Amino acid sequence: MIELVSQERCIACQACVSACPENVFDKVSHKPPVIARPDDCQTCFLCELYCPVDALYVSPFAETHEAVDETELIAKGLLGGFRRAMGWEGGHTGGTDRDLTYRMFEDGRVAP
Amino acid sequence: MLISNDKSYDARQAQSSVRVADVLVIGGGPAGVWAALTAAERGAKVILAEKGLVGTGGATAAGNTTTIYAGPSSIERDAEIKRRLNHAQGIADKRWVERVIDESYARLNQLADWGYPFPRDQHGRSYRGSLRGADYLRFMRRRLRKVGVEVLDQSPVLELLTDDGAAAGAVGINRLTNEIWTVHAGAVVLATGGCAFLSNGLGTNGLTGDGLLMAAEAGATFSGMEFSGQYGIAPLFASVTKGIMYFWATFSDEDGNELASEGDRQGVVARQLLKGRCFAVIDKATPYVQQGMRVGQPNMFIAFDRTGINPFRQRFEVTLRYEGTVRGPGGLSINVDGATSVTGLFAAGDAASRENMVGAASGGGGPNATWALSTGIWAGRAAAEFVARLGNKHHLRKPRPIGQAGLRPAREAELGSREVIKRVQDEILPIAKTFFRREDQLRQSLAALDSVWQDVSAELSAALLPASELVRAREAAAMLATARWIVASAIERRETRGLSRRIDHPEKDPALVRRFVTGGLDRVWVSPEVQLGALAS
Repeated sequence: MIELVSQERCIACQACVSACPENVFDKVSHKPPVIARPDDCQTCFLCELYCPVDALYVSPFAETHEAVDETELIAKGLLGGFRRAMGWEGGHTGGTDRDLTYRMFEDGRVAP
Repeated sequence: MLISNDKSYDARQAQSSVRVADVLVIGGGPAGVWAALTAAERGAKVILAEKGLVGTGGATAAGNTTTIYAGPSSIERDAEIKRRLNHAQGIADKRWVERVIDESYARLNQLADWGYPFPRDQHGRSYRGSLRGADYLRFMRRRLRKVGVEVLDQSPVLELLTDDGAAAGAVGINRLTNEIWTVHAGAVVLATGGCAFLSNGLGTNGLTGDGLLMAAEAGATFSGMEFSGQYGIAPLFASVTKGIMYFWATFSDEDGNELASEGDRQGVVARQLLKGRCFAVIDKATPYVQQGMRVGQPNMFIAFDRTGINPFRQRFEVTLRYEGTVRGPGGLSINVDGATSVTGLFAAGDAASRENMVGAASGGGGPNATWALSTGIWAGRAAAEFVARLGNKHHLRKPRPIGQAGLRPAREAELGSREVIKRVQDEILPIAKTFFRREDQLRQSLAALDSVWQDVSAELSAALLPASELVRAREAAAMLATARWIVASAIERRETRGLSRRIDHPEKDPALVRRFVTGGLDRVWVSPEVQLGALAS
């Protein structure tokens, strides 16, 4: 579930407030949004994709909260890790042209 | 908390601003965006309302999807039709399988023509058998803008409006501003997805059967609700139900004993989970396939990378998360145009019964994505044509709101949504109740759920002010209604076929190559349809 809105990095664009499919955030005027309904988070990681400055961290634990340390997350390269792997940039789509999913269907083990 | 009458839901609804459209599409996943696009291309003024954002809402956005991409008279097309009918176990209709595949083939090509950045395979060919959800939906959102569709984001619908029994619009709430909104429309397309009962599967918690409840309040009927014993495999702690990677898995028990891999992957895990803990390692994927997974499907690895697990080498504990009618085929009965039994009300995607395409089986990603795309187009087209036949008369109608449970309680009481949701989940989520079904257990569940329904229809109040509570109350009522159609249908199918597994009837019954239709709110009914023999051949 969502555990961090980096106060250092957040530019108060509210993109995550608009993007969250579960309405987890509340907008705060000219300030970073607050995680108002953390237990409604469905751990879909999509807010990270929409954040233009890698200010968000969604813990992979879907049913328990995890204490996180921003410095440690940055050191491990986890802030923005999903966005980079997808190839999105500044809230804009990208990366589908390099998608290698087709490899999973070549050995006949599974049909699309 | 009880509030004064001047702030009641009805008062707020009556004072809400009214927008007018020809076609209202509810739900902005793949089915909804194609429906809206198609209706607008036919000249209709279209409003699309989505619970989350058109781009992140629905199961495809977070999960990604494969597609069936098979050209006319190709070997792939013949093979796919054969595979579908085989999986469907007599419940699908070949004509539908063909038309869904053909429509999708044309539209996937159209996506490429519009500039969707499909990848190239190792032979340099454009690969159209897979779509990344977040990218696909953002791309479609730009198309919607181009054709003038008005998009209402963060705007869950609470109830339908009808006029003389015909769908005539809907009422919803903007979750960010807390404002109630009303749309009067000549036709309504429900593309609200299936129901996964807040089981925390990837991207499915917004899918709570809202559209099914609304349609039932208008008198619509459902089919295939018993084919819903569908669960996705996920790491124990995580949401990531990316089942495809387990095709390359070895499953084991707590002591590391390898589990016999009879039947499908979910069955192996389900049988072990009844006995104890279950583990997996993705040890059969070559480095070439591993790289395909990692570069193609980054969401598969988030949970592992963030906990320091190497899934190709280390065993990790797995669980099953219920996927209900999101992956199970049950939903609203529709005709070839996507019309429900309610005049002016159309359905597409997972909200509609997918039995015509996948029969008694899940259909996984490709068939379901292809179904969403094609039925979205057909429902959008039929809705636009319906409105054209109405002429301007629909603007003269007097649409009235018809929502009941969770919106307009008979008594004021303190029944909470969370309590209702827990009682529904207790009957629906357990593997021992829904993966493996038994008549006495099903009857107990139905009695329990019927009893909750009596309380909900009388007492569940959504008149609380915060939008999140209003929406949650309707979701609770919708999940409860959906659970009752599922359980009641599962009782009637006294055999094991596809996703309806009965341990008290482990074989197929040749007399049950037929569909079960269900419906009703205060009194749930189930009715068998005629034998499907002629269609299955």
